Amino acid sequence: MTYDVTIDGRNFRLELDHADARWHCRLDGREVHLDAVVARRDVLSLLIEGKAYEIKRERMATDMHLWVGNARYAAELRDPRSLRGRKTAAEDEQGPRKITAAMPGKVVRVLIREQDEVEAGQGILVVEAMKMQNEIKSPKKGIVQKLVVREGDNVNPGDVLAVVQ
Amino acid sequence: MFKKILIANRGEIAVRVIRACRELGITSVAVFSDVDRTALHVRKADEAYHLGPAAASESYLNIGKILHAAKQSRSDAIHPGYGFLSENPQFAQACAGAGVKFIGPTVAAMEMMGSKTRARQHMDVAGVPFVPGTSKGLASAKEAEQVAAKIGYPVMLKAAAGGGGKGMRLVNRSAELKAALEAAQSEAQRAFGDGEVYLEKAIINPRHIEMQVLADEHGNTVYLGERECSIQRRHQKVLEEAPSPFVDEDLRRRMGEVAVRVAKAAGYTNAGTVEFLVDRDKNFYFLEMNTRLQVEHPVTELITGLDLVHLQIHVAAGEKLPFAQQDIRIRGHAIECRIYAEDPDNNYFPSPGKITLLLAPSGPGIRRDGGMYEGWTVPMEYDPLLEKLIGYGTDREQAISRLVRAMNEYFLGGIKTNFSLFRRILNDPDFRAGNVDTGYLDRLMQAALPAAPGNDAGIAAIAAGIFAALEPGTATAADGHAPPRNGAHPAPAASGWKQTARVEALK
Repeated sequence: MTYDVTIDGRNFRLELDHADARWHCRLDGREVHLDAVVARRDVLSLLIEGKAYEIKRERMATDMHLWVGNARYAAELRDPRSLRGRKTAAEDEQGPRKITAAMPGKVVRVLIREQDEVEAGQGILVVEAMKMQNEIKSPKKGIVQKLVVREGDNVNPGDVLAVVQ
Repeated sequence: MFKKILIANRGEIAVRVIRACRELGITSVAVFSDVDRTALHVRKADEAYHLGPAAASESYLNIGKILHAAKQSRSDAIHPGYGFLSENPQFAQACAGAGVKFIGPTVAAMEMMGSKTRARQHMDVAGVPFVPGTSKGLASAKEAEQVAAKIGYPVMLKAAAGGGGKGMRLVNRSAELKAALEAAQSEAQRAFGDGEVYLEKAIINPRHIEMQVLADEHGNTVYLGERECSIQRRHQKVLEEAPSPFVDEDLRRRMGEVAVRVAKAAGYTNAGTVEFLVDRDKNFYFLEMNTRLQVEHPVTELITGLDLVHLQIHVAAGEKLPFAQQDIRIRGHAIECRIYAEDPDNNYFPSPGKITLLLAPSGPGIRRDGGMYEGWTVPMEYDPLLEKLIGYGTDREQAISRLVRAMNEYFLGGIKTNFSLFRRILNDPDFRAGNVDTGYLDRLMQAALPAAPGNDAGIAAIAAGIFAALEPGTATAADGHAPPRNGAHPAPAASGWKQTARVEALK
């Protein structure tokens, strides 16, 4: 498998295969001998040339970070052969889009109803977090297929708020 | 001895008291607000009663509701923890009225020490040294000018009714005094409902050193050693240690004896803390007395081998102190870090949210007093103190190295914390040399940040691939999100919100 990985804005090409309980890895063309086990969800023990690394993964609604020891890196990973990786901007606009919460908060106002038509950038609902109000806007023109939350609901990062078709 | 104690608090201190109850074979009763239903203290208690909505006035500060829970549960005593109602004489009085023992000092002692001006008046009588200034609220700007001229600038205006930096103003010149007084008075009025402001000589960059005292209800009062609490951010303690690297045995004895005199003058019972300012020449001045158990009590416990919460319960049950002053020995060194859910990159703004991953340290000399757990969502309605991480060793150097090691093991995912602040402090040469005062943290934070290492981008890239390979479909962030940001793709709604939130927070 080949991946395009971006770490703190720097791009890498990663070739990774797991066969016969062994890993084969090339980073930007250079072979790396390694051993890896997932110790528990989101925690990886990685051994590279005798050095031991404890990697923690943090996944938020819109991004992912990896911690190598106590150092934090922003990480993005794409499998260039997968459908998602090859979607064009136009194609993406066509599927249903889930609108998710990025921060914990409380839904204080719902601005539309299910089946309403909305324009790109139109306000869908207002979430309050730490005394600040944020209007969540529709990312595309379409129809509100589903409204998942109600006024008064508390939301956590990653919670789906609505789906615009 | 009590059969049942209700803990009128939440978070880590509620867990602390529940643990003491369990060790003493006493039934513990927790109370909780709407947002604390999943809190750790509710799970660890023997019984739990719901108070009401999240707002403190409807829950942890609501005397009626708490006493109702005490009655329902048939508790015979209430431990107030710290903060909330712990220093509220009306609450202590109401407990007495309800026939429930308040685990703390008498109403009279709380009232005397609750007002800083009243405390100063009484300390004057007891012959306790305190910072030159007024012992009554300032009646006018004119009076302020007269006193300040006599004492000499710089002077500090302070609120009689409270602390935490509110109602406080440093005044360097007489020209600034009037405006500063008005500002301090209105701030104090807003924060404490009492605009009384007094004046003290400002001691530049003093050390804040406090002395733990403990008194039973039979007149026996002892001091249990000091704590160095100079490392503060905006008048909030961040790191504390015991003993103070600045205090030798002689100074400890002199400060301890004054602290005991203060406690006795107030007719004090149970655990309390006398705060002092100490200048470079080791002159110490009474600042105020805290009539409750303090957040940083663990460092004193570790160096004395005593359990303060157990002792509080024993004292409240009418027992005599099982030791005398000469029996108290100080051994080793303890340092406490207050771990807060705060964003250091956003001016330490509170950072509530869900703790997605918790890898906690343990091992030799490490103590954790916390109220959090993996999977818990830190509520936004209360003080975001997650845990106190304490390192203990045979000497200060070992305590520091254990704490550094523990911070290295520690990982909290999903929320922001002030870990990076402690890494900086613990590795700082001035801190390691014990050269701290109340201006220390401001100076440290103004200094340039040490160069970030970050050579492991390649390692991170490999790890990203391995996670993806081992868990197909969970490679990237939550489902339904936009692919690469390098495209001409509009940002999804959620991250636009995050951006807005960030911008708003910076205003």
